[in-house]
Amino acid sequence: MTHNVKIASVAAFLAIVFIAVPVLISASGRTDLYYTLTSVALLSIASAGVWLTFYIGRINIGQGAYALMGGYVSAILVVTYGWSFWLTLPAAGLFCAAASVAIGLPILRLRGVYFAMVTLVLTEVARLLALALPVTNGAKGMVSIPLPGALSAFGLIIIPDFATLHNSRLAFYLLAAALMVACFAVVYRLVHSRIGKLCQSLQQNEELASSIGVNIAYLRVIAYAVSSFFGGVAGAIFAAISQSIYPSSFTVTDSVNFMLNCFLGGLGYVFGPMLGTLVLYFGWDLLFQTGQFQLLIYSTLMIVLMLFLPNGLLSLAATTRKKG
Amino acid sequence: MEQVIANGFYLGAQYALIALGLTLIFALMNVLNFAHGQMYVLGGFITYTVYGQLGLPFVLALLASGVTLAVIGALMEKFLFRTVIKRSLREESTMLLAAATAFFFDAVILLIFGEKQRGVPKIVKGVFNDGGIIMPYDRMLVGVLALVFIAAFVLYMQYSRVGRAMRALAQDRVAAQLMGVKVDRYTMIGFAMGAMLAGIVGGLLVTITGVNSGIGGPISIKAFMMVMIGGAGVVGGAIAGGFILGMMESVGLTVLREYGDVTYLVIFAALMVFLSIRPNGLMGKPWG
Repeated sequence: MTHNVKIASVAAFLAIVFIAVPVLISASGRTDLYYTLTSVALLSIASAGVWLTFYIGRINIGQGAYALMGGYVSAILVVTYGWSFWLTLPAAGLFCAAASVAIGLPILRLRGVYFAMVTLVLTEVARLLALALPVTNGAKGMVSIPLPGALSAFGLIIIPDFATLHNSRLAFYLLAAALMVACFAVVYRLVHSRIGKLCQSLQQNEELASSIGVNIAYLRVIAYAVSSFFGGVAGAIFAAISQSIYPSSFTVTDSVNFMLNCFLGGLGYVFGPMLGTLVLYFGWDLLFQTGQFQLLIYSTLMIVLMLFLPNGLLSLAATTRKKG
Repeated sequence: MEQVIANGFYLGAQYALIALGLTLIFALMNVLNFAHGQMYVLGGFITYTVYGQLGLPFVLALLASGVTLAVIGALMEKFLFRTVIKRSLREESTMLLAAATAFFFDAVILLIFGEKQRGVPKIVKGVFNDGGIIMPYDRMLVGVLALVFIAAFVLYMQYSRVGRAMRALAQDRVAAQLMGVKVDRYTMIGFAMGAMLAGIVGGLLVTITGVNSGIGGPISIKAFMMVMIGGAGVVGGAIAGGFILGMMESVGLTVLREYGDVTYLVIFAALMVFLSIRPNGLMGKPWG
């Protein structure tokens, strides 16, 4: 792709996300779609994190743990300590990143299924911890978290108080979409930088990479920390939208779904997780009408998709481009 | 305390049998079969139908569970996993397939058998009680049967032609192929056997704990843990992992009772610490 095409497609994407979608939704009056699209945006942020761990050759089924952690950090800071939501957002991300460094240092030595399984167990540990710790209020969870307040700097209101807004759904949508764009920009930049190339060398052969002088321990912890940061931020916003968080808000199923989003979109493509999340989430929603056959049809489609496009949806575009 | 250890042994025997099937499939294909718990549930429901509903002998029901699951496993390997492994660029793609089949089984089980908890009449009545240990006879029978199946499996893997071929495959796929082992065929047999083991455990346990359509996922997670404790892809490791987890559960539930529901938290945390010290489990091959 030439430079101009790239800029044009990014501009087109931004126009669709920030202008076309709100216009279309207000025209059709289906404001419930805001909630769906907000969820897609947030889930794709978390999935982008998982994708990044795939990029260093690790299967991460533990993103649910960090989403839950981020949600609880934000909720506790807002409810118990009276912080502004906008401060808790980076705080939740940083907390998760710090936790992931501590957890990642030992467990990132594992590979393949061992890493996958330990992260799966991590999701369960997070859930059980949320149940057992006194600060998280056990199974009752944290409820009636206030909506995000106003954010102002130098007397200038940058983001208005969500509680006073006429349409807080739109506000949440714009927030989630903006964060999604920012996250994918970061991932794109990361992947196309020197660090990205080094990460790719990890994916192929860690021993070889380290023998050439790549600091593999450092790189994988960095990638894992960024990944968990995304998970924490996504979880924090989820808690703010639903105004509640429970130990069962993010479970093993969610962790597995984050991973599936990446697979479905394609592991070789930065924007794979975004597409995968969109398709999986909307597919699941659309199949709601089929009632009791929802799961059956959904899983059958997934199996068929896997049989014919095992390298993800975006591999379709790649092959046609190669042929054409 | 004797009671706790007896319970641990009983749990361990059935856990080990669950883990064996999973580890066999992993050793042969490097596939982590997410659908293992669902296969277990399916086996349980088949036994429930044949033994509980139709009133046929229990042995026949167990046989039906095993055979049905073996056929399903063979078909899954031939038409799904083999194709995807061939076409995919990255080995991990099979995980999506495995997860999708797990969802698929969940949906099928829910549609056919409903969401109710199902149980069957006891196979043997009565309770063993010598003052120290109390254990119902049917639990003892199931425990013993599980041990018999484990022994049979190990002997089969060790001494039969098929078992030898599968062990060769697990060691080195290419070398085995060069020595004339029919790789595709034995992979299929292996997958079928793994699925069959899941079905048999399901059939055995439906007589005690009953079965419902929602327990597939949790069973899979437990099976993953046992396999990791022992080391993925190693038969001995799976058996050890099963007994260790069974014992930890049994002891943990008694010792930690006063602290509330933290047994699993402790087990999980211990597992994570253990794996960061010994990344391949007790006897796993490096990076299996």
